[in-house]
Amino acid sequence: MALLLAALVLLPLYWLLDTSLRDAGKAFTLANYDQLFHDPGFVKPLVTTLWTSAAVGILCLVAAAPMAYLVARTDLPLKRSFRVLVLASFVTPPFLGAFAWVLLGGPNAGILNQWYYGLLGLKPFEAQPLINIFSAWGMVFVMALYTFPYVFTFVANSLDMIPSELEEASAIFGAAPWRTAMNVTLPLVMPALLAGFIIAFLQSMTLFGVPAILALPAGVDTMTTKIWSLFQFPPQPGLAAAASLPLLLVTVLLLRTQAGIMGRRGYSIVGGKSTGMRTIRLGAWKIPALGLFGFVLACSVVLPYGVLLRTAFLKNWAAPMAGNFSIEHWKFVFLEFSQTRLAFTNTFILGATAATAGTILAVTIGYLALRKLVWGHRYLAFLATAPVAIPGIVLAVGLFIAYTRPPFVLYGTLVIIFLAYVTKELPVGYQQVASSLKAVHPELEEAGRIFGATRLRTLVDITAPLIRNGVIATWLLIFIGSIRELSATILLFTAKTKTISVTMFDLRESNDWGPIAVLSVTMLAITFAMVAAINYFTDRRSS
Amino acid sequence: MQIRRLAGWLALSAALPVAAQESTPAMVAAAEKEGKVVWYSSVDVKVGEQIAKAFKEQYPKIEVDVERSGSERVLQRINQEYQANIKNVDVVNSSDASHFLFWKQQGWLAKHTPPDAQKFAPQYRDPDGTYFTWRATLDCMAYNTNLVKEGEAPKSYAELLDPKWKGKLVKAHPSYSGTSLTGTYALVKVLGWDYFEKLSKTGIQQLQSTTAPPKTLASGERAVMVDGNEYNIFIEMAAKSPVRPIYASEGTPFVSSPTAVFAGAPHPNAARLFQNFLYSAKAQQLLVDVGGQRSVHPDVKEPAGRTPLKDIKLLPDDATGMLPQIADIKKKYTALFGN
Repeated sequence: MALLLAALVLLPLYWLLDTSLRDAGKAFTLANYDQLFHDPGFVKPLVTTLWTSAAVGILCLVAAAPMAYLVARTDLPLKRSFRVLVLASFVTPPFLGAFAWVLLGGPNAGILNQWYYGLLGLKPFEAQPLINIFSAWGMVFVMALYTFPYVFTFVANSLDMIPSELEEASAIFGAAPWRTAMNVTLPLVMPALLAGFIIAFLQSMTLFGVPAILALPAGVDTMTTKIWSLFQFPPQPGLAAAASLPLLLVTVLLLRTQAGIMGRRGYSIVGGKSTGMRTIRLGAWKIPALGLFGFVLACSVVLPYGVLLRTAFLKNWAAPMAGNFSIEHWKFVFLEFSQTRLAFTNTFILGATAATAGTILAVTIGYLALRKLVWGHRYLAFLATAPVAIPGIVLAVGLFIAYTRPPFVLYGTLVIIFLAYVTKELPVGYQQVASSLKAVHPELEEAGRIFGATRLRTLVDITAPLIRNGVIATWLLIFIGSIRELSATILLFTAKTKTISVTMFDLRESNDWGPIAVLSVTMLAITFAMVAAINYFTDRRSS
Repeated sequence: MQIRRLAGWLALSAALPVAAQESTPAMVAAAEKEGKVVWYSSVDVKVGEQIAKAFKEQYPKIEVDVERSGSERVLQRINQEYQANIKNVDVVNSSDASHFLFWKQQGWLAKHTPPDAQKFAPQYRDPDGTYFTWRATLDCMAYNTNLVKEGEAPKSYAELLDPKWKGKLVKAHPSYSGTSLTGTYALVKVLGWDYFEKLSKTGIQQLQSTTAPPKTLASGERAVMVDGNEYNIFIEMAAKSPVRPIYASEGTPFVSSPTAVFAGAPHPNAARLFQNFLYSAKAQQLLVDVGGQRSVHPDVKEPAGRTPLKDIKLLPDDATGMLPQIADIKKKYTALFGN
């Protein structure tokens, strides 16, 4: 088991490092790194990546921290609907959001800009647009729309765990609510804020679809688009490997920092839910508070879904809707386009196999590690969570190098993409399984053992039924993660092994927005069916 | 004597076209048994699927798998697949004619002459019978008639550097598109890299495929197309989009786009049958009428309303001259315009 895991995780990393240090003749060289740090073609994307990711992190904090506070501490109306919409934004593949924002925020033809010009009686090209989505800032904006849920969840969970007594004390001593929030609550959630910032930073740093869709048309490269461009023929794996390592390094460093921050969190105040939460009455502040939620959720969910749906049913997406209605794009995608069936089949095979294998791995490792059944169980848990630190595109570069050479020639098969998905999703699966396993007290299993059952039998008869719903949720979670994967797939697919996401990316390169919108709507429908299923199973678990 | 005989033989073999392979009932039966043909193509995805549909109407038992991407991406996929010993492609179409020189050099192309291709002028046929000009288009300029008045549309590439076009231009990328690469090679010869450096500072919207700028132009997102397919402009015009082509005074790059059968094709008979179909007068006429292409088939009639090629100042393509310079063109271009 440990060996299998090690091979899964460490082999690609080993080849990554090895290849980055060799020239075409396989001799040792530092030339790749020399080029990486001196060629402006690499330095510029690296700088862009760092500042845009930091900007996304800050933007997420500015929007999501107040949102979390409002949900956790105030009498904000519509809380439940807001939580559902934040979840919707969380499961929306960011590249779908980017597609939608091209249609909304294209400086001249984008629907929002068309409204803006119309409203003010301006003409495109003569006046400045309201939004120019094809820019580094446009990219930052869209990335923030789909990473803020991480920060929101971090901060909201942390607020749920901080008892409100301290805040009440502050209020009793006469501090205004905003003062309490700044002087008492803020320091307490600081660790969660920092951790949220780091996650947002890392998420944005490793996205491929959003920069490719929004920044490339403006001539702006990020590290992920740069690495991808190195796979144009002839591929330059050495340079790509060298370019991957800074991303890996930054991720490892930031995750260590984050672990450090979260580890120190335990002032004796935080821990365990307290009984009653005091809710602050917003009064007139309700309006700006609702405005904040309205703005963020409209931009991340309502408008993008609306424009994708609209585009899917219009002949010409930029024209007014009257007399423009058509189902030709649906007919094209599902009846004429010869890639549709292949892409759907591959995507479902990959989703199902990766989810099944990932769940089995996660359950086995989780059980062995948490019940401390084997020597080295700690390393098992570490290996299962280590892929968190490997960005998808970096993993793909590693897999590409590792499995295009004997003895494992897997390039061109679904297996190589399957390996990418399992590795990438393993940490998520492991966390999910571990949390359900932790909820099952070992005493229950011990009772079974005392009555003479073997360990396997207690596992089957006692533990398995108790964690069943958690396991099903894990499966669905990995499935969702797999069917939306783009940044690793883009380097690993071949004509026979393409998925829905890369098919959409191919269509993007020729600006076929109608078919893209049809595929987007379909993908969202599938995702939400899965989310509903997860909710069904996790709700049953808690009852 | 010896030399004269040799010369005689050479003259004779040059005069004799390579024998064509008709679509015999035996070939059809074998192709139907294979049941499928995999076509890697750089043609616009909807045009490609229309051709596939017409083929399926004639041969309902054979599926056509249209794997569309930009020509340079088609090259990348095929070469990567062949390096990994994956033989998936049956028939290929690329608008970078130099690809066929490379594949032929590698010995990857099958000798197969479709009957109709024998009627083509010699410059549209590989003398060894591996590839032929299936379609041609122009890598042209165009404008949106709602955003630019007819009299104010630019007439030359040089005019585009005027500050009044800043932020209004859109173009394709030669690292992705063979049409754009062929066009860039031709235009660099006429205008020099100096021109492209200035062009890169005009706030251009950089797209990938040459099929994309006409769609962006039609949506009104940009006013003038610097580099894109003439055929997509014709398709947009047929759909009543407000676009018109511009044939620049410096000349417009002509791009021939061949197809070939791969020697290692997994469906060899279906591949040959499909290749024959692609060059038939029927498919060629469909390409021209619905696909907006220029055909070199002598029996094909040009629809009314399109400027005949003879009235356009053309910059001819030159695959042999371009081949050694491709990497350099892509590198220089990417340094100026990004990926």
